[in-house]
Parts: sequence; structure tokens; C-alpha cells
Amino acid sequence: MTTAQGGMARVSGPSGPSWTARFRGRVARTVPPGQALPDRQPAYVASAIYVFGVLTLAAFVVVLVTGGVLAIGGSVWWHTSGLGHFTNSTHLWSVELFFAFMVIHLWGKFFMAAWRGKRALTWMTGVVCFLGSIGTAFTGYLVQSNFDSQWISTQAKDGLNSVGVGAFFNVLNPAQMLLWHVVLLPVVVGIITVLHLVLVRRHGVVPPIGEEEGA
Amino acid sequence: MTAIATKATRPYDLVKEFVIALAVVALLTVGLAAVFSSPDEKAITLQSWATSAPNDVVATAAAELAGTSTSAGYGGPYNTNAVGQTLGPLKLQKWAGVTTPVDSANDLVIKPLSQLQGSPLLSLALATWRNASPDEQTKWATAYSDALGKAPDGNPSAVARGSYGPVPVLTTAYLQQAQAGGLDGALAEPGFYGGNSTKSLLLLADGTYLEDQARARNLGGDQWGMMNETGNYPGQPWLWLYTFWYQVPPFNTSDNADAQVWALMALLSLGLLLLPFIPGLRSLPKYLGVYRIIWRRHYRAHPLR
Repeated sequence: MTTAQGGMARVSGPSGPSWTARFRGRVARTVPPGQALPDRQPAYVASAIYVFGVLTLAAFVVVLVTGGVLAIGGSVWWHTSGLGHFTNSTHLWSVELFFAFMVIHLWGKFFMAAWRGKRALTWMTGVVCFLGSIGTAFTGYLVQSNFDSQWISTQAKDGLNSVGVGAFFNVLNPAQMLLWHVVLLPVVVGIITVLHLVLVRRHGVVPPIGEEEGA
Repeated sequence: MTAIATKATRPYDLVKEFVIALAVVALLTVGLAAVFSSPDEKAITLQSWATSAPNDVVATAAAELAGTSTSAGYGGPYNTNAVGQTLGPLKLQKWAGVTTPVDSANDLVIKPLSQLQGSPLLSLALATWRNASPDEQTKWATAYSDALGKAPDGNPSAVARGSYGPVPVLTTAYLQQAQAGGLDGALAEPGFYGGNSTKSLLLLADGTYLEDQARARNLGGDQWGMMNETGNYPGQPWLWLYTFWYQVPPFNTSDNADAQVWALMALLSLGLLLLPFIPGLRSLPKYLGVYRIIWRRHYRAHPLR
């Protein structure tokens, strides 16, 4: 049978719920309804430092949009067109803002010891985001097809080669770096960012030091 | 106490906050881009290199033929002519193998020259080179390379007479090929993606011109290197800790500085990642006390005991 009822029956058959049902259940348990985007926060969430996580996320969106437009224009566009050059400028400055916000966010969370109360994974995904973003920005500098990218790639190759990474990650090949910069690394950073946000919402905002849960 | 104190809530619209943040960042980005623009200094082509610094091109070509250029004696991933950098007993560079094979003399000089047609003198020089033994080739090229080093400004026309075999003819033709723009195309590698600059960048980096240009723009390794950017732009300040190590002992004098700095940065990154589990370090924020400023309103209402 392929009726709706038949389908429903198969979801909770003798062998247990289907993988899709299990997935939905897992998501619901991870971030229960109302926890993803609550309309209230603990009263202690009253400091400018809390804004920098959201600012980092906003800057990441601007980085993706400006980078996307730049990629569509092609690697030559921004050298030959005023609009292309301006788009490149927006990409550069959104990246600068992204890192500025992220570093302030990271330092803020360090001073708050934000890993307390089973939030270690939240901290760790944040650190991986930071390191992944450095790799992404680095590959961005390599694909500029100008003097900077020539110099940075010839310098960076020595560091990467010295520990064997250069054998698999050739910074002297801008075409390979473009793939890393536009597709692979943004996808990885994007996925870890989502995981980071889910963990932030799941565990909530860390309480002030000295007032841990159950203290 | 604190269970009640930390359970108090206040209205907080996350969606509204994000939308406002997005608008602010977008406006800030456009504003900064409009005011400060972005750097874009033209790439150095092999043709522009040959036009601006012809003697450097000849010296580099001679060094490639003599096997004394940086790329010729580099080791992995380009060749097996050196162990490369080591990290104590770990020879990671060598162990990773040769994945991008580059035979500097042949790939960077002889093969591009072989594409030139119509010069009997060059054809004869190439044939002489190919028919010579490796020892003879090295002897000729080394002698010419040394003579260039002694000539005023490395000027090929001022080189003392000597036994250089076909090398002067080869390097002269090489310079002409570069000046005519033929070398850029000859070193470009065809392939699915195209745009592989490995050989041309290795060649350019073997000369002194690229580094001279970089140093003039404060981009040298001992000038905080690739953290900077051409012009008055912020560059990559997030690399400050990586580039910092190259400025201080023992790294700034070590032959294995790259491997050592990479190992150190890997260790520090691991430390940052595992900070929540490292006794002492994980308690640092408590002793630094900055948290008292962050949560000052809360502590004002609920003083710590």
C-alpha cells in the first residue's frame, strides 16, 4: 500500500521509527520548540559583549554575499571594472569586520569562561570556526591574481611544505585555491557555524562566574 | 542564592537583533569600501620581470641550469634534492613525498626554450646541452653563474671570458623569450582547471626581483611578512601570532623556522581548542576578573559572596 495511512504505519513499524522520524526527533530534542529563538533571555544578559556573536554572524552573511557576487564576476572582473573593484572592496572590508567581531567575541567568551556548564563543545566549535575562517581568508588572499597573491603564495608555500601539507595543498596553484576558498572551506565553516549556533541555543547563555547552575 | 538570581529574565528579540546587526554591518561594509577601497597592485608577469630586471632573469636561468637555485635544491614536494626542513627527528617535508615534480633546469628553462623555432644558433646550443653529460652541464652553468655574480650589476655583456659551453646562448635566448612575453605562456600548465602557476611562481621566486619588490612594500619575512598588505590596508592582522614568531629568536635564525613555527602554532591552536579541559588555564578568567565588568549590573544586584 502506498496510502497515507500505509505510509504512516511504516513510520512506526515493529522495527522502530524510520530514519526521517528519528532525525526529526533528534532535532526536536536538541533544540526544543521555543528554545531556538526565545523571546526572553536571562536578566544577566545585559552587556555590549553579547552583541559581537550576532555581529560576527551578520558579517559572515555579508562576506558570503559579497564573495558570491565576486565569484560570479570571475577572477578578472574586479581588476577591469569599477563595479567589480568596489565589490572586491566590500568583500575585503566585510572580512575585516568579520574577524574584528569574531576576535572580540572570542576574547569576551574567554573572559566569561563560557565553557562552563557542559558548554565545552560550544567553545570548541567556536575555536574551529575561528581557525577555519583563518584558512578561508588565507586562501582568499591567494586567489587575488595580483602582486599580493604572488608574494603571499611564494612565502606560504615554505611553511606548508615544511610540515608536509604543501604536498597535498598547493598554494602556487590559484585554481586549486579558488576551489578551496569559494566552495570547500566556506561549506565547512558554514556547517560548524550552524553546529555552534545550535549548541549555543541548546545550552543557553552561560551564567555569571560564581553562579553556575546548581551552585 | 543564585538559582533565583540567574533565573530572572528580560525580553530579548534575537531575530530583531540579527536583522539590525545585518543592516549595520552591511552599511558599515559599503561605507568602508567606498572610503578606503581595496589594494590591487598588478601581478608581476615574467615579461615585466624581464623588462624591469633583465640581469636577474639571466642570473636565475643560469642558476636553474647549474642546479643552484632555491627550487632546484628545494626537496619535497618538488624534487628529492634535499631533505627539506625537519622537526627534530621528524622529516615531514621529505616523508610527504614529491607530489608536484619540478626539474628546475629542464622544466623552467630548457623546455620553454625548446618551444622557440627559427634560430639555428639556439637549436645548436640546445643540442649541445642535451648531448652533454650532467657533470659537463653543471660545470658550464656553474662557471657562467659564478661569472655573472662577479660581473658589474650581474650584466651578461660584462662577463669575463670563460668556458661556459652553450649556456650564454641559452640564457640570452631565454631573456629574449621572456621579454617578448613567450615565457609566461610556455610555463603555464594546461589542465582541467587551468591557472596553475606553480612553475612560473617558483621561477619568479628563484630570482631576487620579487623579494626586492616585496621588501620595498614592507612584506619581507622579518617585516611581519604576509600579515601585511600592499598600501595602507589592514591586511591579515589575525595572523599576527603566526608572523610574530619569525621576528624573534630562535626562529628568526633557524634553518627549520617554518616547521618550528607551524608546530608551535599547532600546539597553541590545540591549547585554545582544549582550553576548557586544561587545569589552571581554564580558571584564568576567574582570576583575571574581567567578568566582573561584563556582568557588573548583575553583580551590583547580586553581590558575590
